[in-house]
Amino acid sequence: MPRTKLHLERRLTQPRSLNWIVPLVSIVAALVLGSLVLVLTGKNPFSVYWRILDSGFASKQAIRGTLIAATPLAFTGLCAAATFRIGLVNIGGEGQLFMGAVGASFAGLALKGQPGWFIILGMMACGMICGAMFAAIVGVLKAKFNTNEIITSLMLNYVAGIILNYLIFNSTSYWRDPQSFGFPAGKPISSGSYWPTYEIVGIEIPFGFLVAIVAGLFMWFLYRSTRFGFEVGVIADSPGAAKYAGMRTRTKVVAVMAISGALAGLGGASDVGNFRHLLDAKGLQLAGYGYTGIVVAALARFSPLGAVFVAIIIGGLTNAGYALQGPDFQSGLVGTLKGLILFTAVAGEVLTRYRIRVRRADKAGAQA
Amino acid sequence: MSNIVKKFPGVIANDGVNFEARVGEVHALLGENGAGKSTLSNVLTGLYRPDEGHIELLGNAVSFSSPRDALNCGIGMVHQHFRLVSSFTVAENVILGEDTTDVFTETTKVASRVEQLAQQYGMPVNPRASIWQLSVGEQQRVEILKVLYRGAQILILDEPTAVLTPQEADILFKTLRSMVAEGRTVIFISHKLDEVMAVSDRVTVLRNGKTVGTVDTASTSARELARMMVGRDIVFERVTRTRGGASSQSVLQVDSVNAQDDRGNQALHNVSLTVAKGEIVGVAGVSGNGQRELAEVLCGMRASTSGTFSVDGSSVDAGSVRRTLAAGIAHVPEDRLHTGLAAGHSVQDNLILKSYRRKPMSRFSVLQRKIINSNATELVDRYDVKTPDNATPVRLLSGGNVQKVLLAREFSTNPKILIAASPTRGLDVGAIESVRTRLAHVADDGVGVLLISEDLEEIFSLADRILVMYEGRITGDIPIADATRESIGLLMGGSAVSEVR
Repeated sequence: MPRTKLHLERRLTQPRSLNWIVPLVSIVAALVLGSLVLVLTGKNPFSVYWRILDSGFASKQAIRGTLIAATPLAFTGLCAAATFRIGLVNIGGEGQLFMGAVGASFAGLALKGQPGWFIILGMMACGMICGAMFAAIVGVLKAKFNTNEIITSLMLNYVAGIILNYLIFNSTSYWRDPQSFGFPAGKPISSGSYWPTYEIVGIEIPFGFLVAIVAGLFMWFLYRSTRFGFEVGVIADSPGAAKYAGMRTRTKVVAVMAISGALAGLGGASDVGNFRHLLDAKGLQLAGYGYTGIVVAALARFSPLGAVFVAIIIGGLTNAGYALQGPDFQSGLVGTLKGLILFTAVAGEVLTRYRIRVRRADKAGAQA
Repeated sequence: MSNIVKKFPGVIANDGVNFEARVGEVHALLGENGAGKSTLSNVLTGLYRPDEGHIELLGNAVSFSSPRDALNCGIGMVHQHFRLVSSFTVAENVILGEDTTDVFTETTKVASRVEQLAQQYGMPVNPRASIWQLSVGEQQRVEILKVLYRGAQILILDEPTAVLTPQEADILFKTLRSMVAEGRTVIFISHKLDEVMAVSDRVTVLRNGKTVGTVDTASTSARELARMMVGRDIVFERVTRTRGGASSQSVLQVDSVNAQDDRGNQALHNVSLTVAKGEIVGVAGVSGNGQRELAEVLCGMRASTSGTFSVDGSSVDAGSVRRTLAAGIAHVPEDRLHTGLAAGHSVQDNLILKSYRRKPMSRFSVLQRKIINSNATELVDRYDVKTPDNATPVRLLSGGNVQKVLLAREFSTNPKILIAASPTRGLDVGAIESVRTRLAHVADDGVGVLLISEDLEEIFSLADRILVMYEGRITGDIPIADATRESIGLLMGGSAVSEVR
């Protein structure tokens, strides 16, 4: 009986079809692994998966909840995907989203009494500017002093968290609701400035999610077809060639970071406008949108439109998690499933660069 | 190895190659860039799997699926581009990737073994030194020691002399001879005829992915090999120019430019020169005497500390690539794949690297893909670039075709001045000829060419006038009619013009 061995061989080129085959296979593999966990905890995997499908994607109500959960993830996913093209890693989507929420809720409160569409535009603009400026700190440090952007963007997440806590818990700031008794909370924005939800072909789509789709299309176009995208691609591929062609590398680094931060900031704005309607310091920090966004981007292989799509899947899982959890179903199980999907996605990434070869040990010639 | 076939998308790199080396010989593998030498050696060392054909080792059929397999069978490769970890010591690099239980005690053992091997083959290197402290020649010794340490009986060296000085190359050849004397086999990949004649016992010549033949070195000549390699006679002669060289109208005027190198030392001392319309001015000199800095200042990649230069009488701001570009200065840099081109980008994208900002390549900041593609089709056709299609990444092309892409782009900017730095370095005979002809043509069309090269042969075959650079200064300015190899060589070595004459 000849022994067979698996070997990894580097691929010379990466076929485009892998872009969707690998994530798909990853998710299937995660579901198979997940069913092991479910069987071990005494559940029927089929019924659980059916319930996830049912409560995440089946009913009108389910899809609405899923899209609400998916919206901030789509933005933070876009945020993480945006810097990938220039070869930077932005871990700071979390903090940039916080700052976007701070900016958007400020605009929502300050523009009170104005027409609704005007307030909504103001919230979006303010959220984008705050997110962009916060991310630009990382970009400037990178461009000027070549500071490691992973570290600075990560550290700024903590700074943003502290800013949130300060605004709501540790001060009587503009954002804090003076009428909240007992537990401190943010001041609600007026109902006239709530972001609308549109019903399109029977599906209730939050305005924020539409903005995410537009943002995804914009990023796709920006990187595929514009001069800016071309320069970003060349800078990532070959800094020497970029300099030789007269491209302004440093400006591009700052610009890409700012765009990335603006996307996360929009996510923060959509969270305030479509969902919480106030600056929820605790809720935002517990949600961990920024970190999940990195995973969304990775699963989407850093494609902007892919990120929006993947956000729906992860959002659905999150949403189903709320519905499923109860005395007979620990909330940790849904988290485990999400973790498994990420795990297999990262493992699947290897397959885009290497191919698996099966070979027989007796033909290897190793004994020669 | 018999009947090896390896196909890549759009290209057949090896098309039924037969190759056989005997125990205890230096066997040269000769061929132009893109002839399939590297592919063949990658098949032999398990980096690629052949699509057809088989490999026999001492009579046994073998197949490798990784370099480790090949190494276990005693076949080791020394790559042209070193694969060393620069912050590790020599000994650590030697055992890198080995299964060792204890790295710390192991390294001392390894160090003494490395020292012993180094001594045995006359390759002095300190096993405890870090790689970054070593010269390029020493680093190559480490690569060779690495495969020797693992017991390789067959060593494959891919263009080992490309990075060496002539003296270092001589030492390497002695080392190779001593290894062969011990019964090891050396496969020596090269496209330099004189080296092959000097060091090998037998030569196998490849052309277009096929074996042309195997001959004994003793019974052949460099001319014979050259014919096998390119399929016709090639003699380097002065490239014919249609018009009689330069006009009197100067197009590039450089006035006492000073500049610093990357470390902040003064690299250019009051450099002044002129290039006339249609003139090819050769800049000769041993590398590191300011040629690179001169080219970089003129194309805007390096700021000058003082001095000015002008194109067609209007002065150009130093330190701005875009403005030198607008002034009509084209640049063929020394390092094609890392400076001149974005290697991971497609042929069509590289062809617009300098024109993407303007119409018609982009409008309102949006790239015009259709125009970019037809631009590529036209240039690929006109410059005879061999590529599967316009979307193929440049890194997958062979050296000669890479340079054609670069030249096609630079010429298509309609320059007034072309700065070409070592434009034929590392290219094969056929590609060299075509690049030189192209340079002569642009000069005939009225472009001023500043040809920076260490290769005197190249300068003599093209230049109308020769400038010699030594320690950042222009030490000689000699019309081609008065120049001899000897006089230029002396100037390059630092002699003054008065001494030479």
